[in-house]
Amino acid sequence: MEIVEKLLNHSRLALSKAITAVENEYDDAVKIMTEIYPHTGNAYVLGITGPPGAGKSTLTDGLAKEYRKRGKTVGIVAIDPTSPYSGGAILGDRIRMMDLMSDEGIFVRSMATRGSLGGLSQKTGDAVKLMDAFGMDVIIVETVGVGQSEVDIVKTADTSMVVVIPGMGDDIQAIKAGILEIGDLFTINKADREGTDKLNIEIEMMLELNPERVAWRPPINRTIASKGIGIEAVIDSIEAHKNYLIESGRLAEIRRARIKNEVTAMLNDRVNRYIDKNVVETPEFEETVRKLQTREIEPYSVVDKIVGNVLK
Amino acid sequence: MAFEDIKAGLDKFNAGVEAKLAKAPERANLEPNRLYTPLDLGEDFDYVTKLGFPGEYPFTRGVQPTMYRGRFWTMRMYAGFSTAKASNERYRYLLANGGSGLSCAFDLPTQIGYDSDDPMAEGEVGKVGVAIDSLADMEILFDQIPLDKVSTSMTINAPASVLLAMYIAVAEKQGVTPDKLRGTIQNDILKEYAARGTYIFPPKPSMRLITNIFEYCSKNVPQWNTISISGYHIREAGATAAQEIAFTIADGIAYVEAAIKAGMDVDAFAGRLSFFWNAHNNVLEEVAKFRASRRVWAKVMKERFGAKKPKSMMLRVHTQTAGSMLTAQQPNNNIVRVALQTAAAVMGGTQSLHTNSKDEALALPTTESVTIALRTQQIVAYESGLADTVDPLGGSYYVEALTDKIEKECWAYIEKIDELGGAPEAIAKGYIQREIQDSAYKWQMDVEKGARIIVGVNKFTQEEEPPKNLLRVDASVGVEQAASLAKLRASRDNDAVKANLAALEKAAADEHVNLMPYILDCVRVYATLGEICGVLREVFGEYQAHTTL
Amino acid sequence: MANIKVLVAKPGLDGHDRGAKVVARALRDAGFEVIYTGIRLTPEQIAEAALQDDVNVVALSLLSGAHNTLFPKVVELLNEKGLTDVLVIGGGVIPASDIPGLKAAGIKAVFTPGTPTSDIVKFINENVKA
Repeated sequence: MEIVEKLLNHSRLALSKAITAVENEYDDAVKIMTEIYPHTGNAYVLGITGPPGAGKSTLTDGLAKEYRKRGKTVGIVAIDPTSPYSGGAILGDRIRMMDLMSDEGIFVRSMATRGSLGGLSQKTGDAVKLMDAFGMDVIIVETVGVGQSEVDIVKTADTSMVVVIPGMGDDIQAIKAGILEIGDLFTINKADREGTDKLNIEIEMMLELNPERVAWRPPINRTIASKGIGIEAVIDSIEAHKNYLIESGRLAEIRRARIKNEVTAMLNDRVNRYIDKNVVETPEFEETVRKLQTREIEPYSVVDKIVGNVLK
Repeated sequence: MAFEDIKAGLDKFNAGVEAKLAKAPERANLEPNRLYTPLDLGEDFDYVTKLGFPGEYPFTRGVQPTMYRGRFWTMRMYAGFSTAKASNERYRYLLANGGSGLSCAFDLPTQIGYDSDDPMAEGEVGKVGVAIDSLADMEILFDQIPLDKVSTSMTINAPASVLLAMYIAVAEKQGVTPDKLRGTIQNDILKEYAARGTYIFPPKPSMRLITNIFEYCSKNVPQWNTISISGYHIREAGATAAQEIAFTIADGIAYVEAAIKAGMDVDAFAGRLSFFWNAHNNVLEEVAKFRASRRVWAKVMKERFGAKKPKSMMLRVHTQTAGSMLTAQQPNNNIVRVALQTAAAVMGGTQSLHTNSKDEALALPTTESVTIALRTQQIVAYESGLADTVDPLGGSYYVEALTDKIEKECWAYIEKIDELGGAPEAIAKGYIQREIQDSAYKWQMDVEKGARIIVGVNKFTQEEEPPKNLLRVDASVGVEQAASLAKLRASRDNDAVKANLAALEKAAADEHVNLMPYILDCVRVYATLGEICGVLREVFGEYQAHTTL
Repeated sequence: MANIKVLVAKPGLDGHDRGAKVVARALRDAGFEVIYTGIRLTPEQIAEAALQDDVNVVALSLLSGAHNTLFPKVVELLNEKGLTDVLVIGGGVIPASDIPGLKAAGIKAVFTPGTPTSDIVKFINENVKA
């Protein structure tokens, strides 16, 4: 495909259009991804999440600049929520990254959740692959919030970082579960604020309660991203985690798990769509539902029969 | 009449009106009450503590005892465009026509510390004000204007110290010593972060530059107003009347705190602080806003900062009519709007006033429209009678109730901002910006729904010819400025420039040094604005905006 | 699902962002995906952002009078980058006599003060190439 060739030849326009194709589920999206796939698997993927207002985009901006200093090219996928009322969205991350716009070694893409967080993790994964095939060394996926769906997105990363700030009050309790599960490293941003030490202790205590975190002890860094303070140490920690993953063989394991997750999700998605189209949205199915309601038949045999037909 | 009698009478009156509302309905969504009575002042309304007398604490009724019976406000028309030469002509025209003070508008490259030939200045040179690159331009700007006779206001913030230094240097060349200079620099960086956008440096070094000016002027330029703490732009950005004064007074508190922290005595500088309000469309609300702001500031200075001199507690204010209320549609209607806004500012007791011209929603004003705007002030001053007694609306049940209400809202905001850690912190957290944006959005939606009527825009509209005779700034201004810059750089003593810039750089790195003398040395040898700000950018870094929607 | 993406941008040095922010919010509420860039941007930064987000619309706002220089420059750079389908619109304090020149330079519509945001929404919906 022309677009794929151009993308592999470093056309930023082709990369951008390819992401759009995936994002909007254009007809050629599957074909693009099919041709791209052999060229992926080279980039290192970093996931960043944390509550709103934690300064994630500013931190991402700083990380990108530091990676550039270290000679790496950087792709960024920044995700913002779609308004449930209007279906519109303010994609607010780019505003903190406008000074990256003059660097050819950086590509930032904003994406809206568009109401389907499930589908989003696949689209995000595809956008990451496209940037990977384009030749970005590091790809940062930044998402807001610490809900399950965001956690799923960040879990597609090699290294996951959770950003918190002091003065969140009890919020730290609320996000505790998510944090324990996914944080390979923690960054306390706006660390010139009161409560930084306390927050540090709280995170440490929570980590100690987690028996799974033995081989890799998640480091806690402090940054003031708006002033560029502490960024280098964060990258050093990311590198340390990467080295740990490689040396312990964990990297291959998580990538394998990720591929398994992805292909499972694709399968589920395909089967769901197939069933929707060929079963649910048919007049016969309506008739079946009617019969179920009047108790002429029972659902268990119905499902057995349909699944039997579908998987035939 | 006792309060119970008024209450009984009011209840009866309201019941009577309510009974007839079905047949004779009132307009929808009116914010004020139907009627104001002594009840709204409250039974314990204490004239002396709440209003007092003009020129006395808490200055509700005005900062001078005789107000406009002694002397009218300063009619100060904000002007400046294109080159220093073109602006100089406009200034001399205004002074010859009864303008009583100058007010300089600078173009955006000047306001943000770029020379006219900087790539960032592309397309902007001479557009919203005059382009000033060096002392050479400033000499032309004030040619034949005796600086010991006029008072000059300069709308300049981030590079205020540089422009002030240039002004002092021009005066030196005229043989005028700094102690004779009168005027104002805006010098209010906090509202730039919150609303106006012409910042350069981060808050900390910016606050240092400001306190450096306070200190330098208190010793050397004692008649200079070292800051004009500005609500004008906050209002223009969409804030309500109460938000305008609340956020501005919060900024004022931050400046006073910074100066005290820098070791100054509050009474040594507080008398030189001035304010800048917007005169918006709702006349009586605006009058109440002016009155409330004086009462709040007096209290802040006396109780919070322990100021002793009455002058330190006076909120002296320059006013400009609301630019954002000018309509591009049926521009002649703007003359009427400006007249009403002028009336509001005068009844509010302003110390000086700029009136906008009818064509400013379309372009910079022509000489003709500027003249009408100036005449508007003169008509209000000489013909309307509004200037003949002090605080003419004092004692109006409605205006007093409104003054109390705005004051209350103002205190609530100040309290909230204190909780957030003060104005700089509230701005860093985006709180003030968000409040302003929410108000702006609400205003726009009200206009679009027709809940708020703007004549000629969403009611009484008509087809009209595009207006003619607008002032145009030629794109060649940029080329012209760049050429004179090149000439300047070739002819000046470049060794002296280099040496003085190096000295400035070294001084900037030590936060305990007052930079004013170093900046003066630089401008005297014709170092450019861009060079001076460039050195400071190197040392201080640049501010990164915190924008949220 | 193809949502319309709009980049709301302020080229030049002008800091008056009330209009740009109000428009950005109104577009969001009308169901668009909006990227607001903040103030003080070069035409190059704006064009590059438009490229990376593959936006359908670039909405420029400028009140300083530099529109005749900066708006056409943005269009030029968008074309250079191959973004020929992008709908470019502008707003601000723009005299009527400048509008024909801006349109000739590829600014498809110019919205002056007093324009309801609903007009902008309508124009985008009718003219955007999704």
